[in-house]
Amino acid sequence: MFTDFFYLLKKRKVPVSITEWMVLMESLSRGYITDMDEFYYLARAILVKSEGYYDQYDVAFQEYFKGIETPAEILEQVLEWLQGSPDRTTLTDEERKLMDRMDLDELLREFEKRLKEQKEQHDGGNHWIGRGGTSPFGHSGYHPAGIRVGGDPGGRHAIQIASERRFRNYRSDLTLDVRSMKMALRRLRQLSRTGPEDELDVEETIDATAKNAGEIDFKWRRNRKNTVKVLLVMDVGGSMTPFARLCSQLFSALNASAHFKDFKYFCFHNCVYDNLYRDIEAGDEVGTDYVLRNLELDYKTILVGDARMATEELVERYGAIYYYERNETPGIERLRQISEHFTHAVWLNPEDPYYWHHPTVMMIQRLFPMFELTLEGLDRAVKRLMVKR
Amino acid sequence: MSDTSFDQFRGSEDYVISLALKNAVNVTIALKRPLLVRGEPGTGKTLLAHSIAQGLDKRIIIWNIKSTTKAQEGLYIYDTVQRLNDSRFGDRDVSDIKQYIKLGKLGQAFVSEEQVVLLIDEIDKADIEFPNDLLNELDEMSFYIPETNETIAARYRPIVIITSNAEKELPDAFLRRCIFHYIDFPDPKLMEEIVRVHFPHIQDNLLREALKAFYALRGVEEFRKKPSTSELIDWIQALTLGGIPPARIASEVPFAGTLLKKEIDYDYFTNRRRGWSRARI
Repeated sequence: MFTDFFYLLKKRKVPVSITEWMVLMESLSRGYITDMDEFYYLARAILVKSEGYYDQYDVAFQEYFKGIETPAEILEQVLEWLQGSPDRTTLTDEERKLMDRMDLDELLREFEKRLKEQKEQHDGGNHWIGRGGTSPFGHSGYHPAGIRVGGDPGGRHAIQIASERRFRNYRSDLTLDVRSMKMALRRLRQLSRTGPEDELDVEETIDATAKNAGEIDFKWRRNRKNTVKVLLVMDVGGSMTPFARLCSQLFSALNASAHFKDFKYFCFHNCVYDNLYRDIEAGDEVGTDYVLRNLELDYKTILVGDARMATEELVERYGAIYYYERNETPGIERLRQISEHFTHAVWLNPEDPYYWHHPTVMMIQRLFPMFELTLEGLDRAVKRLMVKR
Repeated sequence: MSDTSFDQFRGSEDYVISLALKNAVNVTIALKRPLLVRGEPGTGKTLLAHSIAQGLDKRIIIWNIKSTTKAQEGLYIYDTVQRLNDSRFGDRDVSDIKQYIKLGKLGQAFVSEEQVVLLIDEIDKADIEFPNDLLNELDEMSFYIPETNETIAARYRPIVIITSNAEKELPDAFLRRCIFHYIDFPDPKLMEEIVRVHFPHIQDNLLREALKAFYALRGVEEFRKKPSTSELIDWIQALTLGGIPPARIASEVPFAGTLLKKEIDYDYFTNRRRGWSRARI
């Protein structure tokens, strides 16, 4: 049953497996589902395992079932028609009775009547995608548009719910939210044993106790902790304004990831010059030299910026476009110092790589491996930060 | 209906349930598979398990997961240290290993004389491998204790409810075995129902104004932590106790501290309160 729906889900990139499909079939055959709404929710609960795919599910559901909206009682029959032949001889007595309760002609008239009404409301494009051939109400052109069979017009029906696509915002392939960033950042870890010796080393204890002729000799060891330290340096200049939201999400994700040993954050305007800022609005600044002197070289360094500026802003003394900067050292030199100081540094660029053919972007790319600030880019950047040198 | 036991759960007195969630719970019970519930904090994930236990009149066993929790702890713990200690000073018979086997929460749920509800709370807090370690045990509902050569098998498969906050880190093999439900944030209509369950005698205009202010606040994208249901309930409690006239609620948002738990959110709000109330009300 509905095998096409399975493939449609697959086509929509919802990761469904045969195991789950069989579970759905099992619950269908046990008769747990009595109407379309229940089918919608149940199939979703069984097949879809993340709200990130709810939207794709809605789209697939709409595409597959579009054109039918039914009240509870006759859904079974409608599904059967759509499914294939409602061969009465194969029906059980109970099912036949259900079928008989409905006057087929009347239903047909109702279909047509509603069909006319619906044409004006829906924009005609609704057609049944599914099985053809044997079914009386299949896609054979007989009922091409939205058919609504009776039912309670005020009620929320499965298709309507699906067509609202309320979970659009949860799509993981479109949005890069704090949560998914945190997941990507979770890989930034390096476990090593540090801190006080407060964990019982059972193996060692047994060993020592045995050597000690059964007299208990406890052996302790240090806990495994994440030793990764992170430094985030972010461009908050004017050209970054369109990406402000994205950047603040990255900041939140890093800041909220509790598993780092240390997290330091600085920002700059346009390019790194003599000073870095803890808070640029408040003018809370700190010398770039000071930062480099005081941070160990094992800080995993993430620079964020569009790397796009006038060439003289990058390579010249006093190149900073902000008058108060008055940089003695050209920006490119500062960037080189950073890339040479830290063993692991990457650059995240929120701009589409299509625009990276820009002189300053290419110059900075020679200093830092540059990744696009997307989930995939972040993933690759994290991998790069964890590579052993 | 071939299986009359479907549609067992219909929510309980103090828990308002959506059709989608009700279905998910019932299919969980019928198919005897774990239900994985995800959703924003404060949408009632944990409460759901309590409500199921209450609604079906079953005992609930709660296994709170922490970052240090190991899968093994849920099955059983072999208290070797106690045994070693007893062998030296104690007067218990140390050859009887059974007395040093302590069943964990999962083990307790298995040996229970009646069907229980097992809540595995915040499974994502544990190590990434944790769910995988439980795969077989949750599938078969049994495990083997080599020390005593015993197999603990569930007499009555417990109703397993698993809650999680994060996404994506749960392994696929684990997900395939679960029924999944995402608790969406309630829309104003459902929220009204929820509030009425908690405050049956609330004045209509107070509720209306409170909800209006609440959803407006939730619409502010700049907040680090948006107020959730439990905060709304607290807030309405405060409003009722404080005897705030409904007309003042939306414009002034008294007791905003009940709704906004992060200092920066609260600061942001108080700084912009004026503009905010003018713009939205």
